[in-house]
Amino acid sequence: MTNKIDMRPMHTTHIKKDASQITINTITYILVTLFCLLCILPFWMIIASSFSTEEAIRRSGFTLWPTAFSTYSYELLFRSPDQMIGAYIVTICLAAVGTLVGLFLISMTGYALQRKDFPYRNGIMFYIYFTSLFSAGLVPFYLLIVQTLNLRDSYLAILLPLLMSPWLIVLMKNFVKAIPHEITESGKIDGAGDFRIFYQLILPNLKPALATIGLFLALSYWNEWYYSSLFLTSKVDYRPLQYHLYNVINKVASLKNSVAGSNVVITDLPGETLKMATAVVATGPIILLYPFVQKYFVAGLTVGAVKG
Amino acid sequence: MTKAPGKVNTYRPSVGHTIWQNRTLILMCLPAIAFFFVFAYMPMPGAYIAFTNFQYNKGIFASPFVGLKNFQFLFISGQLGLLLKNTVLYNIAFIVLGNVVQLAFAILLNEVTHKAYKKSAQSIMFLPYFISDVLVSLLVYNLLNYDFGFISHLVRSLGGEMPKVYQNANAWPFIIVAVNLWKSTGYGTVVYFAAITGMDSSMMEAAQIDGANAWQRIRYITLPTLKPTVIILFLFAIGGILKGNFGLFYNLVGNNSMLFKTTDIIETYVYRSMMNSFNFSQSSAVGLFQSVVGFFIVLGANAFVKHLDPDYALF
Repeated sequence: MTNKIDMRPMHTTHIKKDASQITINTITYILVTLFCLLCILPFWMIIASSFSTEEAIRRSGFTLWPTAFSTYSYELLFRSPDQMIGAYIVTICLAAVGTLVGLFLISMTGYALQRKDFPYRNGIMFYIYFTSLFSAGLVPFYLLIVQTLNLRDSYLAILLPLLMSPWLIVLMKNFVKAIPHEITESGKIDGAGDFRIFYQLILPNLKPALATIGLFLALSYWNEWYYSSLFLTSKVDYRPLQYHLYNVINKVASLKNSVAGSNVVITDLPGETLKMATAVVATGPIILLYPFVQKYFVAGLTVGAVKG
Repeated sequence: MTKAPGKVNTYRPSVGHTIWQNRTLILMCLPAIAFFFVFAYMPMPGAYIAFTNFQYNKGIFASPFVGLKNFQFLFISGQLGLLLKNTVLYNIAFIVLGNVVQLAFAILLNEVTHKAYKKSAQSIMFLPYFISDVLVSLLVYNLLNYDFGFISHLVRSLGGEMPKVYQNANAWPFIIVAVNLWKSTGYGTVVYFAAITGMDSSMMEAAQIDGANAWQRIRYITLPTLKPTVIILFLFAIGGILKGNFGLFYNLVGNNSMLFKTTDIIETYVYRSMMNSFNFSQSSAVGLFQSVVGFFIVLGANAFVKHLDPDYALF
């Protein structure tokens, strides 16, 4: 924008404008860069601590650079990788199945609900939306899962509740709205049924929406620890990654279990570095994927956030 | 086919016929209908548990009815008052501080002409939103732990005395607000930034030609243009003022009862009294209170939004 003005050499307020612009840019660069550092450094500190020796942390605390380099905590983790591998498999399966099924159901519903010639669309939308306004609360939901559906210790108790949400359906509806109605019309003229129109004509045009909403779904499965903490007892062998991490951080017994069978005397257990290494292994993939997928999140927010 | 009196050629298909005509679209919605029926509507009658002295083996509807006793206890003991106070005050701090910071960052970023910087700043700021609250709690522990924490060591190396944060309830409102700000700033900045980018740029250019400086442009063009968005996001945030961020609070505080005075919100109390003390009745009484009062607050907020701009109303 400034360039445009700069091309007018006759302009009298040229210098004054530049001054305010320079101030504002300086403030921005300082503040935003500082905040960005604040966003990255804590992660860096976890990685640095995980490569530190336990003694170094006891002596000089968590630092931004390991004062004594060691891979011992990782060696311990990988000496008995059962728990971690199990957690990975559970999480990946939940995320894959949940995201695919959720995406299919959400896009199908979103398409039907934005069809202007569908007389029940407002009624169904209200029926769905109402659940985000009023809920029975945690206790009746808990009893439904545990007593009525009898899903305690079942991965279904995690898979199912995360499949869809009113917000994701509204978001999908907004995405589908952007596809011209003529596509549906032309499909109808060619004699295609509603499902075929959705499957063959609409879905291929929905790729950005599927990417965005798929990511939201995948992220909620990947970060899942809440339903696990409600419904998975210690009888379950393998827990989703973040719940595994939760236990390693908060329960000494779980920390010990995570390296069970690696022949380490419990008192010698490098508790702090082990927590950090577990965090790195459990969260690493999503941080590595982040730069490639974040633009879809931004897209989703722009479509769904204000009018949602 | 029936003809309405006074109108000619009004064709009104029967309900059955309409359903049959739309059977595919209805079937396409059926999984979602079933989903919300099972996970949202089926538990609703179970809210009755708040009026019983719940016994697990008898189930909800065979447990003895006690009327409003659970609510009475929560009111008189002051428990509900404390939870409400904490939940509402935290939300006010989150909403006010959050929106100010997000708005400021969005406006400042918009003034930057360096495209690559703008983009990477947005991506980096968004990162904290991406990670689980479990990891957030570990990050905070890394900084504040009395023995090994980064900040503890920094304070000590500067000759200061570090308070034992995990035993000091008064420190936590600041910590929790700061962490929430850290987590939500990127998200909100992106939302506001999108609203700014969607603005009509001709006004901005005209102002520039007329010699308005950057501050004046922000003060007289950007801010007034953003006002409706800010007000509406603010109102919806007010609508959710009784809803707490369970994951954040529970992971940061957990079962550390020394901190409950300043950190216990409705969600954490409901969770703990059910999972730890198995007090299903009281837990659900708090939950039901939150749902009902929260429902009316949302209705109010929405009515207000509708009054300002019907396009933005939820329903």
